[in-house]
Amino acid sequence: MVSNIDLNKIDNMQFDVLREIGNIGAGNATTALSQMINSKIDMKVPNVQLLEFKELSDIVGGAENIVVGILFTLEGQIDGMMMFMMEKKAARHIVDLLMGNSEDNNNETFTEMELSALNEIGNIIAGAYLSSLSTLTNMLIVSSVPYLAIDMAGAILSVPAIEFGKIGDKALLIETEFGDQIKAVNGYFILIPTLDSYGAILSSLGL
Amino acid sequence: MNELIKVGMADLNVCVSPNAITTLGLGSCVGIVLYDPVKKISGMVHIMLPDSTKILNNSNKAKFADTGIDVLIQTMIKIGADRRTLIAKIAGGAQMFAFSNNSDMMRIGERNVEATKCKLLDLGICLKAEDTGANYGRTIEFYPENGELLIKSVGKERKIL
Repeated sequence: MVSNIDLNKIDNMQFDVLREIGNIGAGNATTALSQMINSKIDMKVPNVQLLEFKELSDIVGGAENIVVGILFTLEGQIDGMMMFMMEKKAARHIVDLLMGNSEDNNNETFTEMELSALNEIGNIIAGAYLSSLSTLTNMLIVSSVPYLAIDMAGAILSVPAIEFGKIGDKALLIETEFGDQIKAVNGYFILIPTLDSYGAILSSLGL
Repeated sequence: MNELIKVGMADLNVCVSPNAITTLGLGSCVGIVLYDPVKKISGMVHIMLPDSTKILNNSNKAKFADTGIDVLIQTMIKIGADRRTLIAKIAGGAQMFAFSNNSDMMRIGERNVEATKCKLLDLGICLKAEDTGANYGRTIEFYPENGELLIKSVGKERKIL
């Protein structure tokens, strides 16, 4: 299939569709997270942006802000990558909730067990996100095991940014803020279909 | 006060002493510094991909190792740098995620470093120092005053090249 999608020249209609996909996916992912930690989680309307590379890392609190990135490679009818990213202190909060750690736990490093829990959180969130995308488009998506890294936002983001770089000069980022009663937690989804897959997604939705 | 000039992803800029030039959070991208030690003129490019000829949409020259270095040299010459004196220092090209399969997509950091070195060799520019590879991000700052490249990483000692 030959795709004629150019991310630099995406029209409003296509952007709206991609935003809606982001909305639905993030909604499902938040529900999954809520069930996992067995507590009510509120979610704000996700903020979907098409950003230039130069601006990309600034929105997550600066390029040197330390974040946790969980990355999946995608196969099946949609090829590409998907990443879920959150600030390190947000990750700490979720892990503490999940594992029932005391609230004033401010450990700088994650234990082996906690890292494994983070991978699992990533798995569940990404799974919920991708299954809604798969249902919506009626396409088969197979995701890899989670790959986790904790480092500067700029460095983590360089991996999906490079994938976007192959097809254009902008990246599509979906920011979603969710939280329980105590603390708001910001999470970011980045979905990077290959160029052909963009076309496939949009045409599966009749565009 | 001296200025610290920021270079973003797929971006380039030049810098003259006493100012300094920086790029934040290099991951699999490579930060390339070119330096004219006589005139104390430096330039930095933050490249994301190795080869512009493999990509259809290649209008942003600073995105690629091959075209990024070319444009950086031209820009430096415009502000008075001497092409023959240029030396290079590079950093970045990490593999941020420990992928189990070893496909090309996953080795992008390594390929960026290879392409950069290849281009520098072609142009006859001497690579004075490098801090590349491994699995962590780097922030780099270059000071044309003394030619030092400072490298900062999370949970690691600062390095000076």
